[in-house]
Amino acid sequence: MLDFPTWKKLWLWGLALIAVLAALPSLANLANRAWPEPLPSPTVNLGLDLAGGSHLLLEADPAEVATQRLQNLEETVRTTMRRAEPRIRIGDVSAQGGRLSFLLDDMSDVDRARELLLPILNGSGLTRDWNLEVVDQNRFVLTPTSEGIDAAVEQAMESAVEVVRKRIDELGTREPTIIRQGDNRIVVQVPGLQDPEELKALLGETAQLEFKLVDENANAADVAAGVAPPGSQIFPYVEDSPFAGQSVAVRRLGGIRGDNLVGAQQTFDQDNQPVVTIQFDQQGAARFGTLTSENVNKPFAIILDGEVLSAPNINEPILGGSAQISGNFTVESANRLAISLRSGALPVDLAIIEERTVGPDLGADSIRKGMIAMLIGSVAVIVLMIATYGRFGIYATVALVINVLMLLGIMAALNTTLTLPGIAGFVLTIGAAVDANVLINERIREERKRGRRIVAAVENGYKEASRAIYDANVTNFIAGVLLFLFGSGPIRGFAVVLVIGLFTSVFTAVTLTRMWVAGWMRKARPTELNL
Amino acid sequence: MRLLKLVPDDTNIPFLKWRVPFFVVSILLIAASWALVFTQGLNYGVDFAGGQEIRATFTESETAPVAELREAVGALGYGDPLVQRFGEPNQVSIRVRLPDEVTGDKEAADRIADQITGTLQSEFSDFQLDGRDTVSGKVSGEFRQSAVYALLAAMLAVAIYIWVRFEWQFGVGALFALFHDVSLTLGMFALFQLEFSLQIIAAILAIIGYSLNDTIVVYDRIRENLKKYRKMALPELLDLSVNETLARTVMTSLTLLVALVPLLFFGPASLFGLVAAITLGLFVGTYSSVYMAAPLLLWLGVDSDSFIPQESVADRQEKVARGER
Repeated sequence: MLDFPTWKKLWLWGLALIAVLAALPSLANLANRAWPEPLPSPTVNLGLDLAGGSHLLLEADPAEVATQRLQNLEETVRTTMRRAEPRIRIGDVSAQGGRLSFLLDDMSDVDRARELLLPILNGSGLTRDWNLEVVDQNRFVLTPTSEGIDAAVEQAMESAVEVVRKRIDELGTREPTIIRQGDNRIVVQVPGLQDPEELKALLGETAQLEFKLVDENANAADVAAGVAPPGSQIFPYVEDSPFAGQSVAVRRLGGIRGDNLVGAQQTFDQDNQPVVTIQFDQQGAARFGTLTSENVNKPFAIILDGEVLSAPNINEPILGGSAQISGNFTVESANRLAISLRSGALPVDLAIIEERTVGPDLGADSIRKGMIAMLIGSVAVIVLMIATYGRFGIYATVALVINVLMLLGIMAALNTTLTLPGIAGFVLTIGAAVDANVLINERIREERKRGRRIVAAVENGYKEASRAIYDANVTNFIAGVLLFLFGSGPIRGFAVVLVIGLFTSVFTAVTLTRMWVAGWMRKARPTELNL
Repeated sequence: MRLLKLVPDDTNIPFLKWRVPFFVVSILLIAASWALVFTQGLNYGVDFAGGQEIRATFTESETAPVAELREAVGALGYGDPLVQRFGEPNQVSIRVRLPDEVTGDKEAADRIADQITGTLQSEFSDFQLDGRDTVSGKVSGEFRQSAVYALLAAMLAVAIYIWVRFEWQFGVGALFALFHDVSLTLGMFALFQLEFSLQIIAAILAIIGYSLNDTIVVYDRIRENLKKYRKMALPELLDLSVNETLARTVMTSLTLLVALVPLLFFGPASLFGLVAAITLGLFVGTYSSVYMAAPLLLWLGVDSDSFIPQESVADRQEKVARGER
């Protein structure tokens, strides 16, 4: 029990040293000291509740993705059928109930239509995106497969994360964390950001820009009543437009989406009103050129996220690939729209379902007060331990200090985050480490009282106490793992510290102290144990 | 140097003599706690109830204008806000629950939050926003659910482990002691209407961890003594075990207490609830190990046979084969 060969001692000291060294950058960080650049610097991330900053949880609605996908399918099917040689005529197109159905005018086209649709229905991978059913001989029904919807949501979320990242980068904030959570959520954490309004406004905008031709034949009364003529759709004007409250009927098909943009800036028009100037890429420019040259002197609507910004007349063909979007903008809102358009449209609307913001002052104050309190507490614990257990108390407190440093070091190396609940975990870990030493020392006292010789008493003390320490730590370990698996964010923060802390506290409070006690007894050969 | 001894040698306090009255009181306390939780309800913070909490400092004022704040936020029509001092006298926390009719809209919480912050910023010139939590009803529901699942799963798994390492009676005893600790903590929060947030869940977890530690230390000694003193009557043996571990119990509790108390008085306001709960749990957890976990073993009928190595099937077959049976 008390036999420690040199290789074992080196190994234990080395292990402790590495972990403690890993804690140094974090300590320097906490003390606001610079850490020399060339050295590796693993640091414990402080949670936003400690360091200050903004935390946003965004959620997308998968149903919205499904609806959009259905719309896209409808357009693709219509185009494919129109372009077929000879053209396949279809009618009674309906996208109700989450599936697309249409009738073939000529029953002899069924095989040909099926042939043309197959590549569209198959997904990118081995899965199939849509199931095709032909009912009543000439009605095609396309139903989405669940794999197809999942893949679409997955894809939408992946690109949503990218768009969110680009938009936050535009704000120039430092080190934002943007991660997917679950199937349809994104967590955004921006340290140091005190007022998240700007960020929220930026993320709240889907920025799907569309240019659609105004349906001039639409009956004004019908439009006002919300009844769209066949082949048209009705969009309301945005709230701050001079036409707020009115609506515009536009042709459903044949418009252009603003996703082929290479640039967008806030500029001013000839009346010195803020506008957004956009540049299309080559393909977009060509399509925009065609649209405008085919429809000179007709109005087209500029639609952003389902609301009409303005509906200007096309005075002349716009061939340069550059266009001005006028609306009732302020400089700020025009700038925001420019950023949103530059970073691309969000494929889905993201709702903010949780926001937590902690001012940096509060965070810094929390840390300072916490540090002072912990310092007082530590001194009290050390005094109590040394007064009670003498030399063994010194070993215990040195072990405790190494324990805290190791825990910090391992957390830094694993790049974990320390949060307020994590501090509760710290307290529990320190408690467990103290308890282990108390158990051992009390047991040694007991063994001495029963008349055992010094070496036997120490050996027995460690052996008998270890059983309870082992059981207590394994139970807490099990609890910690389950908490991590089932718990939400803050509970996980607690669990991580708890689990790492169990290992460091057993290592320091049992293994290291035993090594020290053994070394001391070997050297000093005590005849009396002052315990 | 003479060392400190908190507990004299060879104590012989008849802890279990009072086990029945104490147990009855404990059961009553558990029942009262749950009654309080169900009648008074827990004062859920925004984490679990949804809504928003604003923490602010009034930089130019000695004390925060609590009454005016209540009026200003109340006038917005989202129900009566809860305005409390938080830390310094000029710091407050303002909590507004979500009105029920809008919880169907997951972004409602966020919109209302913006409106309230805006109003306060324009009405109070020295209003400084220190922090803000907005949680939609949907997320808070998930928090509630995951907290309950995590707690139940952890407690159950721990009981199973103890059953495997000790005996089933010990598993039941430990589980019951944990149930006692969690109940009393919840009861305390219901009684004083302290804010019950996710942080408090972390505190309850720490309490469970500590109480478990304590219970296992006592159980380990009982297991040891059961093997050592085969003939001793169980009540006597339990008393002996509790007395033998008393020095350790007192020392550990005291050490934790001296670490927690500074945190309680000098620590940041944001940690107060957490530390207060853990401190309370320290007493509850120690008590439950002695008066819940130990006596239950008595009533569940543990005896020393539980830890005598059992004759395995193979042993028996070998004996039969050798003609010893």
